[in-house]
Amino acid sequence: MSQPKAVVARHETTHGTVRSYTIGFVLSLILTLTAYLLVVNDVFHGWTLVYALATLAVAQLLVQLLFFLHLGRESRPRWNLTVMLFAVMVVATLVFGSLWIMRNIQYNHNHGATPSGTNEFIIHDEGYNQ
Amino acid sequence: MSELALEKHEADSKSIFGFWVYLMTDCVLFATLFGTFAVLRGSTFGGPAGSDLFSMPFVLVETLALLTSSFTCGLGLLAARRRDKQQVLLFFGITFLLGIFFLTMELTEFHHLAQEGNSWRHSGFLSSFFTLVATHGLHITAGLLWMTIMGIEVLTRGLNRVVTRQLTMLSLFWHFLDIIWIFIFTIVYLMGRAAV
Repeated sequence: MSQPKAVVARHETTHGTVRSYTIGFVLSLILTLTAYLLVVNDVFHGWTLVYALATLAVAQLLVQLLFFLHLGRESRPRWNLTVMLFAVMVVATLVFGSLWIMRNIQYNHNHGATPSGTNEFIIHDEGYNQ
Repeated sequence: MSELALEKHEADSKSIFGFWVYLMTDCVLFATLFGTFAVLRGSTFGGPAGSDLFSMPFVLVETLALLTSSFTCGLGLLAARRRDKQQVLLFFGITFLLGIFFLTMELTEFHHLAQEGNSWRHSGFLSSFFTLVATHGLHITAGLLWMTIMGIEVLTRGLNRVVTRQLTMLSLFWHFLDIIWIFIFTIVYLMGRAAV
């Protein structure tokens, strides 16, 4: 049975080690505490804070995918990664699509109790001269 | 490794891949709830917004407990691969206790909010908040039940191939729930302070 040996050896590399879990844990701790301290010490405000927090969250997502779920060590073909990328696409469509549509609905509805009121608001907001 | 063992090993990695596909569809479930929350977070109906309600140190302790449990869960899986029964029980035991601690804190927060009159019935913001966070909590509860069953399996059947495979899936599930929590922590609790 010389042939299966290579398969086994390759499979072993998809498992983690104490080292990889520890690195992942420490990096996650640092990222979590950084995000927390940014917020409680009022370092950034408004959209700057939102972008900073989003970046830290995505960084922690990548850290955990690599060091806890070992996605980087998967052997080819990378089916796990493929399925995950598809899920990411669906998630992005759902979340950003909802936000986009609902923003437009609000823009077209809430500024006047009547259709003509809404019309007037949009004409004013977009700078049309009649 | 014999041919037969190799075949079984292939079957194992197929079931684990199937479980991974389930987790990715669960991601889509959470995406709908995150989307709903993002749309409704400003709809407070004259009531309190996120920044008025949440205690930051409280949520940080919750987050650290879950993160540590994700780490100990990984160590438990490594012990299962070494066929070290004592360590498996130790690490999954710690994971279980941290999970119980997390869930208790979450229920305390919910109870506290409901007592002050800020239940899910008050506003669109609170409805979407409770739905999102409680769905995660429900997953944690399911994970804890699963962990209890696995504890019994390890004690009665030992670390055979099937039990190790199930422990692999359980730890994937637990890491996944920690990743979802990172986004709840960031989007619901931390970004609530940004007030945009």
